[in-house]
Amino acid sequence: MSRPHEPDLAPLLSVPSADEIKTTTCYMCACRCGIRVHLKDGKVRYIDGNRDHPVNKGVLCGKGSAGIMQHYAPSRLKAPLLRVGPRGSGEFKEISWEEALQTASTWLGDVRRKDPKKLAFFTGRDQSQSLTGWWAMQFGTPNYAAHGGFCSVNMAAAGLYTFGGSFWEFGETDWDHTRYFMLFGVAEDHASNPLKIALGKLKKRGVKVVSVNPVRTGYNAIADEWIGIKPGTDGLFAAALVHELLRTQKIDLDYLARYTNAPWLVIRDAGAEDDGLIARDADGKPLCFDTKTGKVTNAIATDLVPALSGTYKLADKREAVPAFQLVAERFLSDEYSPERAEKESGVAASTIRRIARELAHAAFEQQITLDVPWTDMLGRRHEKMIGRPVGMHAMRGISAHANGFHTCRILHVLQIVLGSIDCPGGFRYKAPYPKQTPPFLKMRGKPGDVQPMKPLPGPQLGFPTGPEDLLVDAEGRPQRIDKAFSWDAPLAAHGMMHMVIANAARGDPYPIDVLFMYMANMGWNSSMNLGATLAHLTEKDETTGEYKIPKVIYSDAYASETVAYADLVLPDTTYLERWDCISLLDRPISEPDAPADAIRHPVVKPDRDVRPFQDVLLDIGVRLGLPGMTTETGKAKFPGGYPDYIVNHERRPGIGPLAGFRGANGGEFGKGAVNPRQLEHYIANGSFHVHHLPPHMRYFRHANRDYTEWSVDKGFRLAPTPIYFQLYSETMQKMRLAARGHGAVQPPEQHRKRIEAYFDPLPFWYPPFEGEMTEGDFPLHAITQRPMAMYHSWGSQNSWLRQIHGSNRLYMNRARAAQFGIADDDWVWITSAIGRVKAQVKLMEGVNADTVWTWNAIGKRAGAWGLDTDAPEATRGFLLNHLITELLPEQRGGYRFSNSDPVTGQAAWYDLKVRVEKAAAEEAGETSPRFEPIIDVGVGRRSEAAE
Amino acid sequence: MTALPATTAKKLGLVIDLDTCVGCQACATSCKEWNTQGYSAPLTDQDPYGADPHGAWLNRVHGFEVGEGDKGRTVHFPRSCLHCETPDCVTVCPTGASYKRAEDGIVLVNPDTCIGCKLCSWACAYGAREYDYDDGVMKKCTLCVDRIYNETFAPEDRVPACVRACPTGARHFGDIGDPNSAVSQLVAERGGFDLLPEFGYKPVNKYLPPRQRRDEVPPPVRATEKEVATGAAVEKLFAWVDRVMSR
Repeated sequence: MSRPHEPDLAPLLSVPSADEIKTTTCYMCACRCGIRVHLKDGKVRYIDGNRDHPVNKGVLCGKGSAGIMQHYAPSRLKAPLLRVGPRGSGEFKEISWEEALQTASTWLGDVRRKDPKKLAFFTGRDQSQSLTGWWAMQFGTPNYAAHGGFCSVNMAAAGLYTFGGSFWEFGETDWDHTRYFMLFGVAEDHASNPLKIALGKLKKRGVKVVSVNPVRTGYNAIADEWIGIKPGTDGLFAAALVHELLRTQKIDLDYLARYTNAPWLVIRDAGAEDDGLIARDADGKPLCFDTKTGKVTNAIATDLVPALSGTYKLADKREAVPAFQLVAERFLSDEYSPERAEKESGVAASTIRRIARELAHAAFEQQITLDVPWTDMLGRRHEKMIGRPVGMHAMRGISAHANGFHTCRILHVLQIVLGSIDCPGGFRYKAPYPKQTPPFLKMRGKPGDVQPMKPLPGPQLGFPTGPEDLLVDAEGRPQRIDKAFSWDAPLAAHGMMHMVIANAARGDPYPIDVLFMYMANMGWNSSMNLGATLAHLTEKDETTGEYKIPKVIYSDAYASETVAYADLVLPDTTYLERWDCISLLDRPISEPDAPADAIRHPVVKPDRDVRPFQDVLLDIGVRLGLPGMTTETGKAKFPGGYPDYIVNHERRPGIGPLAGFRGANGGEFGKGAVNPRQLEHYIANGSFHVHHLPPHMRYFRHANRDYTEWSVDKGFRLAPTPIYFQLYSETMQKMRLAARGHGAVQPPEQHRKRIEAYFDPLPFWYPPFEGEMTEGDFPLHAITQRPMAMYHSWGSQNSWLRQIHGSNRLYMNRARAAQFGIADDDWVWITSAIGRVKAQVKLMEGVNADTVWTWNAIGKRAGAWGLDTDAPEATRGFLLNHLITELLPEQRGGYRFSNSDPVTGQAAWYDLKVRVEKAAAEEAGETSPRFEPIIDVGVGRRSEAAE
Repeated sequence: MTALPATTAKKLGLVIDLDTCVGCQACATSCKEWNTQGYSAPLTDQDPYGADPHGAWLNRVHGFEVGEGDKGRTVHFPRSCLHCETPDCVTVCPTGASYKRAEDGIVLVNPDTCIGCKLCSWACAYGAREYDYDDGVMKKCTLCVDRIYNETFAPEDRVPACVRACPTGARHFGDIGDPNSAVSQLVAERGGFDLLPEFGYKPVNKYLPPRQRRDEVPPPVRATEKEVATGAAVEKLFAWVDRVMSR
């Protein structure tokens, strides 16, 4: 053997990665990490993480690292399109932008002149909701929302109504201090890099990680303990933990007395119009019973020793009890015993008791003390910050059930009795949170709010605090197309995107003229009961011959399935080609210690006839003469388009989309004059801005005087009022009282029982509604998870990511499958109450025995997303959406509620129940159902694009 | 046939922590992204938007289960060249294209002399070599040789792309031949192990095993208060609350 002649590598070893490196923000999922885009010869050569960025601190996940292939994907739309064939045929002609914008403006202008609510504007994975929502408000339609009704409104609403924050991007665990971490029902990408970085830290510190999830993949795979719970029963499991903590007296009484409404007195006067409301003094201050003075007194005061149990007489001689007594009675009842939880959830009672002991041990025996003095809202100085180091995180597995709102409230009750919200080692807010419980934001859209040629008097989405806030008419009928904020879903804080197409096509509550969608793949994976949805999009009115949804405008950068169902297509740019702002007015990227925001800016120029949607929206706004974006002389107020808006638009004086580098010289944070060079400052700073809070403002911000005053000054809060955690929700009780016949705004008869049942002021567990559907034999729960290397439906157009996940299997528990006579790799029919899907099975150990699952959004319609018609995504991929009903069975009187949480309207797509049967031998090989292929819609010849 | 260096001055390699890898594929796509335009360029894909997309990847992540039921475990296992001390993939090479560098132990392929005979991929027990069908040569992990010595990079970026990207911090790079290096100490501390040592190739890369699961039971809750109340749980709780609150 001879030693090889080693080539001289020296010339290859120090080649610069780029001619230029530009920083911007990733858009490969919702985390919005900082990235560095390495450019060579004007093209993207490489993307890595920005080490200085608060979200990802330099790392970048599998999706973000494949961004280059998203940018150069052949699925990218090329030019504006006008439909020429029947809807759904995919026959379009390319048109000029002028014609496209004129067409859109004509259609939308007609609507605005006649009845603005006939526009339904829904956006999907939109990261510019502060613009799109504001635009819709100026237009005057109440029918606007993004995709939160599908995704996580149960988390957001339950959190905001309980403690003024929420899981996901509203807060996170104190990773550096926590001693015990519980992860509930997390779909694997919420969050991506922040949670991955955190799990790495926890493992290094030896912190126990417990995962509660029917499936043991991803994050759950590295947990110290996996609890393979039955879907939809997490609430009962968490309630049993609360039961055990109460039973063993392992709760933080000081915390409960100081920061929650536990001591507040609840009126007990059966039949009265204020039964179950909080007793208040003449100024509206809640009352408590002070055991020191023996008097009923204002609870918002120092020097009290409030009673947490007992029955007390109010001034009017009526009785009242502290809210804590009701909490304790509820959770100490046998309904929430570990034995009951075991029966429903499959988690052993002994395990529940042990986890409760471990939680108590972490919280009370491993207390964290920081020597940081701070002052609370009532002026009491605290020399130290005492923390209960228990962290929790939850996401869609909790959220996407019809009992998700109450389940998530139970999780928050668990955190609160442990005293572990916004304390060292606990769950921490991220600015602009905390907000009031719920935030002072009321949605508009009642009769009279919607007027031709007038803006809506306020936002479309908000937080009702009583029946009088609901968007219903005198008869109690819904005013929004999706029935959000009606008696169908009173606290629908994110709208109900999943009901728009079905409601519009059926004219229930009314027909619309234009459906306008942005990045919302509602013609495929963002709809339940897909066959019916596609039929709704193409149904015609028999008398007029017109489509029941007369006009559909769609904007996206990519040839999704929905493109074929549009009449007018407005092609968007990629994330590397446009301006964006990741605003504190919108979905924040702050860290607990540091409010932050960020921008995207064009790091490469588009190579085709596409325009950033935000520019297009402002352009259409000017053509329509919408206030806010048009000058008195009818000219564009932001002639420079979206970047001009980002810099110069102000919501309130001094408060605009970006909080950083405000003021004439860029030195002000939060509030300050418009800085014409703000975007240059951002770019020079790595395309983000971060403001570090001083140590005394980093914890207890629900009750931290200095933080609260600062947050009012910066516009995050409206008033410097303390935030009391609402263990007992008065808003819920107000809705319930209406159902009992009190007040001016009451639910129609068919709603009363439902409101009475689900608007319990204390959180409770009830079985998901899928039981109502299951007259047949559907023994298995069926859920989906998002693979970590994919985001929604986007990953399949990416030639690298689709090599990782090109098709999907139905995963089944090995032992359970054997009972059904199903072997590994068998082809099976998955049948629900409304349909059936054929798929191939993969058996595994790490899945709850009563649960089957698959990867979400891998299944594609043949020909969509720039893929060949025989791509495995179409031939061997499938969606469970076909099996999920959008409407529950008829109630008495014929009414059908949506398949959603009755409180928030969250789509209940994790409630699905199915049976699985082996397919015939000749049926093996391809998934079903299949739809007609969509050939090359909007992308021209693939080969041409690939060049 | 190609000879190996008698010794190497350094043993550069990766230490991969199976305790924290969640299988996110960041190491796989960042590797592909860097190397398709780096030393190994191009890493081509066949039928990228068609029925059977497949391409050359220098790093792949596999997921599998070990054990049964609740007692089992799901493992994510990133797989790439282990830069063995005595690898057959080098010695079988008929042209000398496959070689191990004397200065740092990195195993590389010289694309100018590789004839694409694939003998090395047959010889590799770990399946770590990837034939590039368009390019007609063998590709493999280079430890990002064009990054780790790259003087145009900030010092902290002179690490392989996979290490730079890994969100959970499961990947570590360094000189495993130096017992004082951070990676060697990590291996010592965590019981890092060789993959399939019985083959005798002496892999340089090490894997860290999953840590012992923390499911220790804390001591049973001690009754800190003397139980004076009797009756149902609710009464007991309220009696305790009253005592604590009135202190």
